[in-house]
Amino acid sequence: MTSLGGTGAADTLKGGPRRRRGRQPFKGVPLPLLIPALLGLAFLILPLVALLVRAPWSTLPEQLTSAEVWQALRLSLVCATAATALSLLIGVPLAWLLARTDFPGRGLVRALVTLPLVLPPVVGGVALLMALGRNGIVGQWLDSWFGVTLPFTTAGVIVAETFVAMPFLVISVEGTLRAADPRYEEAATTLGASRFTAFRRVTLPLIAPGIAAGAVLAWARALGEFGATITFAGNFPGRTQTMPLAVYLALQSDPAAAIALSLVLLAVSIAVLAGLRDRWMTAS
Amino acid sequence: MTRSARRTRRTRRTLRLAGAGAAALLALTACSSSDSDSADSGTSASGSTKPSGTVNVFAAASLKESFTTLGKEFEEAHPGTEVTFNFGGSDTLAASITNGAGADVFAAASPKTMKIVTDAGDATGTPATFVRNQLEIATLPGNPDNISSLKDLTESGLKVVLCDAEVPCGAAARKALDAGGLALTPVSYEQDVKSALTKVELKEADAAVVYRTDVKAAGDKVEGVDFPESADAINDYPIALLKDAPNATAAKAFIELVRSAEGQKVLTAAGFLKP
Repeated sequence: MTSLGGTGAADTLKGGPRRRRGRQPFKGVPLPLLIPALLGLAFLILPLVALLVRAPWSTLPEQLTSAEVWQALRLSLVCATAATALSLLIGVPLAWLLARTDFPGRGLVRALVTLPLVLPPVVGGVALLMALGRNGIVGQWLDSWFGVTLPFTTAGVIVAETFVAMPFLVISVEGTLRAADPRYEEAATTLGASRFTAFRRVTLPLIAPGIAAGAVLAWARALGEFGATITFAGNFPGRTQTMPLAVYLALQSDPAAAIALSLVLLAVSIAVLAGLRDRWMTAS
Repeated sequence: MTRSARRTRRTRRTLRLAGAGAAALLALTACSSSDSDSADSGTSASGSTKPSGTVNVFAAASLKESFTTLGKEFEEAHPGTEVTFNFGGSDTLAASITNGAGADVFAAASPKTMKIVTDAGDATGTPATFVRNQLEIATLPGNPDNISSLKDLTESGLKVVLCDAEVPCGAAARKALDAGGLALTPVSYEQDVKSALTKVELKEADAAVVYRTDVKAAGDKVEGVDFPESADAINDYPIALLKDAPNATAAKAFIELVRSAEGQKVLTAAGFLKP
């Protein structure tokens, strides 16, 4: 696995080497590291535990079987998956460009690609409105030429989620590409393969675990997207109201419903991260 | 260095680190308790003393422009005071208050949201209605779609934005539509009145049902259209002194200013109706 270059996100998801059974836990861990480490763990887990403690367990079945919840959940899953697919389609080639070619201003391009990682999602939403809104610099042409407007549509949700989630895929794949040995591709090209064939037949299988890890991260990020979605795509049940939006609006009037919805999102996220980690991340 | 000396030294360092961690945690928890401490000392002050110090006002987003003006007037009239505002959706503000936010005054955009606070026993006395607000249709400048009534909004092809029914402006819009016997499918239910208006300001939507005061505050970026059904959906704005107000004296004085003739002048200038 390591020789295949599973860096960064791939290793994070893999959880590192497994501990063997029978070994004494935490033996030889210095106390100055153990105490803050446990504090850190408690800090991250406590809010999730609180959610479980405060959950309206008695009314949970009714809360969760309402049509709106399933509508929001289904929309969330569909949009996050579509955003991940779109990210793969344009993000993997972008990662390849950043890792395997040399062009002036590549450092700047890299910085711009990762910008949505640190940008407040609401700012991303505003920027998307300025670019792709009905009155946006590109959006006004989409509207007048093709009659396409993205705000307030499901496609708008996918665009907003892709904008926020794709950088996770790109940096993950780029890291994997940099760690992968380029000599395999060179060997393929000297044997007569074109560069695209070499990419398709040699590079892609080589970096598959990194792509899978990046895709999972992007999918999870897209699933939780709130700020850019509500700013760019608005909030309409069944069309643009994803789970995070439903949670936020439920909190305004019915905190119990908001907690119930949060539990669903939490369960889905954990299931996906845990399930995919074992199935696809541990290729070797 | 002997082994035992080294060991004591290491233990001491460990303890010191653990101590620092514990101190950091204590500091974090202290933040939440300090509010109630200062609240206790503040409420004991009698109402007759001169207002001083900071007044913390939680107010509905639609009050932003007029309350900011009133805050400046208050600071000028009472040197040594400072008015700080937290503007937001009334529901969100009510939730913060019932969860222990150390505020002095709450001004809500609907009796329903004020009721959240009074039901939790967090307000003193009966909240007073100090202004009322009426809905208006916000359209693009020049009204290119020739919208003249609420019914026009139900026609297909128009992108209309409403507030979510959970927030006061959305509840009022629904009431007005019901009064007119109209059904309207918007493109989006926004989370507060300002974001609904913004969608029109950015020309992403053709119209929004918002408050008259918001149309006025937006200046020439939108155009307002009155509609008769809005008379059936007028929102009362209640204001109340909060029970755990850290600065009750100054808070009372601020509420007095809001309800005074001077305060009403500022509010009606912003488009609010007299109660």
